[in-house]
Amino acid sequence: MEHFEPEIVAFCCHYCAYTAADMAGSKRIPYPTNVKIIRVPCSGKVDAIHLMKALEKGADGVYVAGCLAGDCHFKNGNLRAEARVNRIKKMLSELGWEPERVAMYNMSAGMGEAFARVAKEFTEIIRELGPSTGRAGAADKAAS
Amino acid sequence: MKTDSRLEKVLASGELAVTSECGPPRGCRPEKVKEKAALLKDHVDGINVTDNQTAMVRMSSCAAGILIKQMGLDPIIQMVSRDRNRLAMQSEILGAYSFGINTMLCLSGDHAKFGDHPMAQGVFDIDSVQMIKMVRQMRDEGLFQGGAKIDGPPKMFIGAAANPFADPFELRVMRLAKKVKAGVDFIQTQCIFNLDKFEEWMKGVVDRGLDEQVHILAGITPMKSVGMARYMKNKVPGMDIPDAVIKRLEGVPKEQQSEEGIKMAVEAIERLKQVKGVHGFHIMAIEWEEKVPQIVEQAGLYPRPKV
Amino acid sequence: MITAEQKPIQEIIGYIAPYRNILLVGCNECVTVCAAGGRKEVGLLASALHLNHLKKGKNIDIKEITLERQCDPEYVEELAPYIDGVDAVVSMACGCGVQTIAGRYKRTPVFPAVNTRFMGASISQGIWSERCKGCGDCVLGITGGVCPVARCSKHLFNGPCGGTSNGQCEVSPDIDCAWRLIWERLKELGLESRYEELMEAKDWRPGGAGGPGTIIREDLAK
Repeated sequence: MEHFEPEIVAFCCHYCAYTAADMAGSKRIPYPTNVKIIRVPCSGKVDAIHLMKALEKGADGVYVAGCLAGDCHFKNGNLRAEARVNRIKKMLSELGWEPERVAMYNMSAGMGEAFARVAKEFTEIIRELGPSTGRAGAADKAAS
Repeated sequence: MKTDSRLEKVLASGELAVTSECGPPRGCRPEKVKEKAALLKDHVDGINVTDNQTAMVRMSSCAAGILIKQMGLDPIIQMVSRDRNRLAMQSEILGAYSFGINTMLCLSGDHAKFGDHPMAQGVFDIDSVQMIKMVRQMRDEGLFQGGAKIDGPPKMFIGAAANPFADPFELRVMRLAKKVKAGVDFIQTQCIFNLDKFEEWMKGVVDRGLDEQVHILAGITPMKSVGMARYMKNKVPGMDIPDAVIKRLEGVPKEQQSEEGIKMAVEAIERLKQVKGVHGFHIMAIEWEEKVPQIVEQAGLYPRPKV
Repeated sequence: MITAEQKPIQEIIGYIAPYRNILLVGCNECVTVCAAGGRKEVGLLASALHLNHLKKGKNIDIKEITLERQCDPEYVEELAPYIDGVDAVVSMACGCGVQTIAGRYKRTPVFPAVNTRFMGASISQGIWSERCKGCGDCVLGITGGVCPVARCSKHLFNGPCGGTSNGQCEVSPDIDCAWRLIWERLKELGLESRYEELMEAKDWRPGGAGGPGTIIREDLAK
């Protein structure tokens, strides 16, 4: 694939990362269009299966962006999300997939720059890794 | 006399008894058992033969005990509930007694986790207290644990262990009382380094009159080095090594530490001789059997009584 | 509950390697509570198996279904409409569930996706501990509600052994000494004197030594 443009899914917490993305927008800070945002009420709402399904359906990378440590609106949703991300990383390794395709980030609502930086950074990581093997599956399904 | 045990006779005579122990080899070398036993032969009234100690496979205590018996000495075979169910225990006892072994020690045994077969299933069909009761019933009633009559019952002098230092401390006298109730004849204690705490335990034993019902042999272990003392303090379960012991060993040059360790053991014996209820000593010189005669002599326990 | 843990994924992959159509069956009972084989875990395992096959460029069809109770023939019957269309069943229930399926559907291979561990209780979120060995002759009434069979590493009936240190088991500082717990509880109940009663050698027959157990309730059995 000559021009590989990664498809990236970002689960963003309504109280921080999603607002930070908004902030990036209103401040005109650019971030890669590869990142498709899914707003969630709390990063803790993101289950392991959501990360897996995103990969299975063809995403090249998926990350969860939640509040800074200690700042979760629901006490510890961000910690739970992080634990799930780590569990999926381990599972991917056992399956021979690159664990780097899933990640956890933390930021506050005011960190528009951080949101853009993370989006860029993660996109570059995935670009380096190349297309996910999940793409084939997604293509199969689309064809059938 | 309940048995022909030499240990029983010495204890009955009112003399302080002395026992020691030898760990069987990790292989089929009978000469190793004989060498170790020969080192101890004139200085003790009985030689404990450990049963897969620290859950490491060794020559069976019964077989090594027979080798010692055949030297004309007095083995005390240890038996742990970790490795045998009640059938195997009883058949082993019948076998041992058939070879003239008349003294044994009933133990739970270290957990397999500590040994070279941590993947093994521990048996623990009965515990040490129940084992005491079983052996006593075999001897006094001539019955197997299951109730059937024994054709020629084994007359074992029955020992067990006590650890005055494991917690909860308040249970330690009570647990001894349970072993007494089950029918134990003598007790060998865990190695004593914290003499104050041991004396406190003995006071509890005497207060309940248990010293009238069971012979207590105080466990003595000479320290080879300060390294050994530290290891025992930190790594061996149920061990109580006061800082003073470590300090004292640290205070002498390395090459004199073993001599200091022996001195400390002798001093401990001298002090514990005065404690009511202590009827003897069990000297555990770990892989250092050759020092036992020296300790026995320096502690004034030599010669051993002829019984 | 009966607790279980998922098997290493490669072991499961190895079992199903020859097959293309898989019926992945969870259970709504114990393994759901201990997060080993409920609906969620079925979804996750299916997804993981899909990822594995994508990587290898192979196809696999996985039908996911979670039964109310896999150890009950009534519920296992619900698999009947699917069984002929699959090459193999992967069960995420305890060993009882796996065997109920194997007993009912004789021509379809069944593979366990979890290792059944023990009968235990929830300690807190995500932590389960062993509490019962199913010894068939419960002594909790005389041991202050703490089981020496399940919770003493040596199943001592007249403990504690000499290996207790700082109130913990010699096997691991993470294991409470069961006899320390029993003693503390007897004290709280004012039943200290009970400690010195000898507990007799156990009859292990009801707990499995007598061969595999069966319970027959005459009033219920047809």
